[in-house]
Amino acid sequence: MNKIWIIIKREFLTRVRKKSFIVTTLLLPVLFASMIVLPSLFINSDNDEKVAVIDDSGYFAGKLPDEKGIHYNFVEAKLDTFKKSYRDQGYTGLLHIPKMDINRLPAIVYYSKGQMPFSLRGSMEKRLESVIEDKRMEMAGIDKSKLEDIRADISIENLAGEAEKKGSSTVAYIVGWISGFLIYIVLLVFGMMVMRGVMEEKTNRIAEVMVSSVKPFQLMMGKIIGIAGVGLVQFIIWTAIIIGLRLLLLPLLGADTDVSAAGQMSANASGKFKEQMEFVINSIDWFSLLPLFLFYFLGGYLFYAALFAAVGSLVNEDPNDAQSLTFPITLPIIVAIIIMIQAVVKPTSPLAVWGSIIPFTSPVVMMARIPYGVPGTVPYWQLGLSMISLIAGFLATTWVAAKIYRTGILMYGKKVTLGEVGKWIFRKS
Amino acid sequence: MNVLELQHLKKYYATHRAVDDISFSIPKGSIFGLLGPNGAGKTTLLRMITGIIYPDAGEVFFDGRPFDPHNDIQYIGYMPEERGLYKKMKVGEQAMYLAQLKGLSAKEARQKIDYWFNRFEITSWSNKKIEELSKGMQQKVQFISTVMHHPKLLILDEPFSGLDPINSQLIQDEIFQLAKGGTTIIFSTHRMEQVEEICDHIVLVNKGKKVLDGPVKQIRQDFKHHLYRISLESMPNPAQMATHHFTIVKQHENGYTVKINEYSKTNDILAHFLHHGIQITFFEEILPTIHEVFIQQVKTTDMEAVAAAVN
Repeated sequence: MNKIWIIIKREFLTRVRKKSFIVTTLLLPVLFASMIVLPSLFINSDNDEKVAVIDDSGYFAGKLPDEKGIHYNFVEAKLDTFKKSYRDQGYTGLLHIPKMDINRLPAIVYYSKGQMPFSLRGSMEKRLESVIEDKRMEMAGIDKSKLEDIRADISIENLAGEAEKKGSSTVAYIVGWISGFLIYIVLLVFGMMVMRGVMEEKTNRIAEVMVSSVKPFQLMMGKIIGIAGVGLVQFIIWTAIIIGLRLLLLPLLGADTDVSAAGQMSANASGKFKEQMEFVINSIDWFSLLPLFLFYFLGGYLFYAALFAAVGSLVNEDPNDAQSLTFPITLPIIVAIIIMIQAVVKPTSPLAVWGSIIPFTSPVVMMARIPYGVPGTVPYWQLGLSMISLIAGFLATTWVAAKIYRTGILMYGKKVTLGEVGKWIFRKS
Repeated sequence: MNVLELQHLKKYYATHRAVDDISFSIPKGSIFGLLGPNGAGKTTLLRMITGIIYPDAGEVFFDGRPFDPHNDIQYIGYMPEERGLYKKMKVGEQAMYLAQLKGLSAKEARQKIDYWFNRFEITSWSNKKIEELSKGMQQKVQFISTVMHHPKLLILDEPFSGLDPINSQLIQDEIFQLAKGGTTIIFSTHRMEQVEEICDHIVLVNKGKKVLDGPVKQIRQDFKHHLYRISLESMPNPAQMATHHFTIVKQHENGYTVKINEYSKTNDILAHFLHHGIQITFFEEILPTIHEVFIQQVKTTDMEAVAAAVN
């Protein structure tokens, strides 16, 4: 027991002390944050579409107000000549609306240098359609204000469970997606880390020295647990950074937009944003989500890490071996992410339910379902069954892996076949 | 008293018998040579002795008791032929790690590391990474980490490969020193001249079977061809060489290699030359080197194996 602790310590410390660990741990959240924040920073007036409008029909004058990122400017000019010069006058495009009969719409043409951006086409069409619709209503003698009174605007409020908790499937969808995806990344990244560690020991022939001091099982488990420690530390640091950023950024976001004149959002909008954030944070049951995330993170890791260790022990010097041998292990992880994409949309479908119970896919798939609510969407029996089978699963994979590892780590030169590996598993010590 | 005793050890793999009924024992404090061509089963044998793999049949006794890998492992030091150290780890940390895994406390390990690093004059490397060291330097570190916990049984697989003569001598001296201190040493090698120089006992294995076992001196006696080398001040004329005591095997510039005949004594050879009044400058029995015995025995067993296969 003492020896396994010494191994854990080494595996943990050598990795945590590496510069690359510190850099990735600190930079990754920054990278993520900037991926969210940066796009909004880049939306500024420089990129706005300035659209010149030649309206021969006369229906649109004054009815195309500026909207986000699009400025309409009516010009009195001949199409033939202006077509050639609109870009010199600072316009990004020219919209030509020909003379028309309101009931028989002609082709409306947009001239631009490159292809018209997808979003621009969408909002422009919507804008033009509503103007035409208004005009037609007017001509049909329908009072527009009356029509608006008739129109209904319904949004369903979802109260889930006996506590009638306010929830949002959008939030559950996003949180489920992120948690499932995180688990997927964790399984692959840390699984590979275990495999590379084992390969290093084998190809450098350290394994032989080590197993004359400790049991192969201790060596394998020491590495797996040590690397789990690395993952946990990273997880804790990231959680701390996220909580820190939230505490820091939320008030900042509110204050910042108030003072900045160039800000796109009005104070009102930023207040709304803050409200939304609070809604997101409150609509998730963090006290069940976080411990369950930790459980599936560790359980899934232990389940796959042992298998990755076994594969590492089979690899000889040739790195191509590693690729073909890891494939049977990475395949179920990829299947898991495919099921997860389904499960996050339909969390109670049979595929999602069984995917979240079978330990090969459960860590990823279950994390996609949990944000929808326990026990509302995920009944306790499913959660219990999933957790128990994951524990049983990783005990089983560890047992199998230990058998393969013990023989594989001392085998050199020869390529092993799956049949031989099968024999190792069922051989007595 | 025997530190190690192997009784009818067997390890069979699917395709071949790696170790096929091998027994021998190693007395305490001896330097014991384990010889054999490549693929003879030496590594398998050593792995069973170090508890890395378990025999299919037979027993190992360590220090008089049945070998218990779990406990006895800390009294064994094993240096495999292929050097294994973590390349990115610092020399000092690496030694510390391996010492602790052998059951030394951090404090004991510190003391041992200081002692050995001083002795090998490598204290200044302590903070260097293994990958920065030359092969020979790595070898020294590996040797130290093998002996640091003062094992009762030290197993060295080709300990001199990659070492320059000076470091070879250094390690060799340490081996003698350790043996004097009571450590039993198993020494596995292909380099026969070193075996003669270092080992008291040898075991020769081939194709999984034990071929020879005994003290080095005894084995050379057992395999001698009763040859003697005699050097003379002047060569006698051929008529003077007729005798029933010996036959000439080879004539040299200043003497002969002769084979003594049955029932004759060495003094009979000398008496023959003295009788003819020829001055003798040198006389010595020619014993086979371990190298010669090795090659002869390996060839013989290989031939037997072929013969057995044909029949």
